[in-house]
Amino acid sequence: MPDAPSAALLLSAVLFSIGTFGVLTRRGAITILMSIELMLNAGNLALISVSRSLPGGGADGQVLALFVLAIAAAEAAVGLGLVIALFRLKGSIDIDLARLLRW
Amino acid sequence: MIPLALLGAMTSLQTIVLGLIALVAIIAALGVVLHRNPVVQGLFLVLNLLAIAGLYALLGAYFFAVIQVLVYAGAVMVLIIFVIMLLNLQPAARGGSGLTPVFFAFVLGLALVSLLVRAGRSFAPPEAALAEGFGSVAQMGSSLFMGYFYPFEVISLALVAAMAGAILFAKRDLEG
Amino acid sequence: MDFDFMPLIVAVVKVSVVVGALFGGVSIMTWVERRGSAIMQLRRGPNRVGPFGLFQPIADGLKFFFKEDILPPFVHKPTFIMAPAIALVCAMLAFAVIPFGGSLNFEFFDEAIPLVIADVDGGVLLLMAAAGMGVYGIMLAGWSSNNKFSQLGGLRAASQVISYELALGLGVISVLVLAGSMRLVEIVQMQEQFLHWNIFRAPLGFLVLMVAGFAETNRLPFDLPEAESELVGGYHTEYSSMKFSMFFMAEYIAMITSSALLVTLYLGGYSIPPRVVELFGLQGNLLAFAQMGVFVAKLACFLWFFVWIRWSLPRFRFDQLMQIGWKSLIPLGFLQVIASALFVILKPEWF
Repeated sequence: MPDAPSAALLLSAVLFSIGTFGVLTRRGAITILMSIELMLNAGNLALISVSRSLPGGGADGQVLALFVLAIAAAEAAVGLGLVIALFRLKGSIDIDLARLLRW
Repeated sequence: MIPLALLGAMTSLQTIVLGLIALVAIIAALGVVLHRNPVVQGLFLVLNLLAIAGLYALLGAYFFAVIQVLVYAGAVMVLIIFVIMLLNLQPAARGGSGLTPVFFAFVLGLALVSLLVRAGRSFAPPEAALAEGFGSVAQMGSSLFMGYFYPFEVISLALVAAMAGAILFAKRDLEG
Repeated sequence: MDFDFMPLIVAVVKVSVVVGALFGGVSIMTWVERRGSAIMQLRRGPNRVGPFGLFQPIADGLKFFFKEDILPPFVHKPTFIMAPAIALVCAMLAFAVIPFGGSLNFEFFDEAIPLVIADVDGGVLLLMAAAGMGVYGIMLAGWSSNNKFSQLGGLRAASQVISYELALGLGVISVLVLAGSMRLVEIVQMQEQFLHWNIFRAPLGFLVLMVAGFAETNRLPFDLPEAESELVGGYHTEYSSMKFSMFFMAEYIAMITSSALLVTLYLGGYSIPPRVVELFGLQGNLLAFAQMGVFVAKLACFLWFFVWIRWSLPRFRFDQLMQIGWKSLIPLGFLQVIASALFVILKPEWF
């Protein structure tokens, strides 16, 4: 049995991959948004589990994770605004419909 | 506070709890990616976030665990589920993308897992005792406002910009 | 292996006492609410069961138990069943960090027993996190019920809670800045002198936190998620029997918790001024019990205030609710945070 930080690191790898799978295979805009949140969270988990064993008290990893959290919140706000705009325009949030810039 | 006799029992207990949390987190993540009902997907994501918050607490980062529940599970996810309910999204139709993209995504995902796991394996945490005050509010506060002051301010600008952008996207007519 | 069971037993006893007290408080509150509304509307209120109708809550509870538990065929079953449980558990969880007395000392136990379930670093945040999770219960109830009134109630609850959580946070932060700590026990100890109560140092913060507390607990004048004249019963239209009563209890427990938060942060919590302690010669366990009494008395005043407001003010319109939250409370909260920071920097001698 590995110690807690390494186990958390492995878990974060698995979660990141699951999130990637979701982004690649699903077509609902909100599902993709949630998969991205999953990936960001996996990144946070890695940051925190590594920061624990770094010199200097280990605050750096946590502060970075906090920044990721703030950016994730901003991303969710903008992403949801886009989803609502897409829904108004097309009546669905299937991202295959979002090809307005294409002829 | 915890008597020393408890610590011996703690380590094995910690292993069990860690395994359980990891299991819950992985199942919840699979639920997010595979389930068809958007609201249920959102709930699985909340479960995943709570499991990870538990893991943070287990790692000693109590402050971040609480912030994770407060901000992520309590605010961001409420917003996402709110939008799902607002748009009254129905469960996705069966079928979805064809089998080819799923196959490639699966293969690539498996490759990614093995790559990341290999990278993670090579990381050996030095056997150092947990630093004094790791994960405490005071430690976070002082490093946030001293070492990371400018990044912190930039983040606040990013949040303001995101807020303005979200309003711009979602507003029906910009005159009113 | 000699495993020390004492801390575990103490924790279990504390939790059971607090949970029992919460449910007891809920049943008393339902009686107070009905009698109080009767007084204000010149009616008699429940007065048949026991003296002054005091046993009415027991009768109500029995009624809830024996009613048929209806599971409508059109609901999304897992979430429909989960929703009341989420609401109740989150409401009870939030109370865990509230200190309700000093500490008890017993001969058979060498350590002092602090009268708080979890005295953790960042306790206020934990309370806000637990309270914030409670909205999932209401949202899911609204969504899973699969009818438009419930859905509207759930949507209203979500947007209301998100909006007022900011004001709530600002109201809490203005105290945290003054106290320099997130431990509720330390915040209480700081307010031992009557004039050091935070309500005198941060009056605006008190106002903001109080209004936000009303909104977070979905009490009138902010009970739009269940506005019966517009939405039938709002999010709990489809619920019956014990499931409905779980929502009911969750609302009252949330009310008790937010009153307890206000009392702890702004009104001195359980503390008794040292001069009064000397006057009565309180010490040891007697002091702890007196502190508990003081805390419960302050709590009771606040709970009566909740009832009083409910039967005095009409419900807001939803746009008015948003206006109050975003355009009045949040700027006021920021003002108070800045004022608190200035107070800490300048440290006026006369305070």
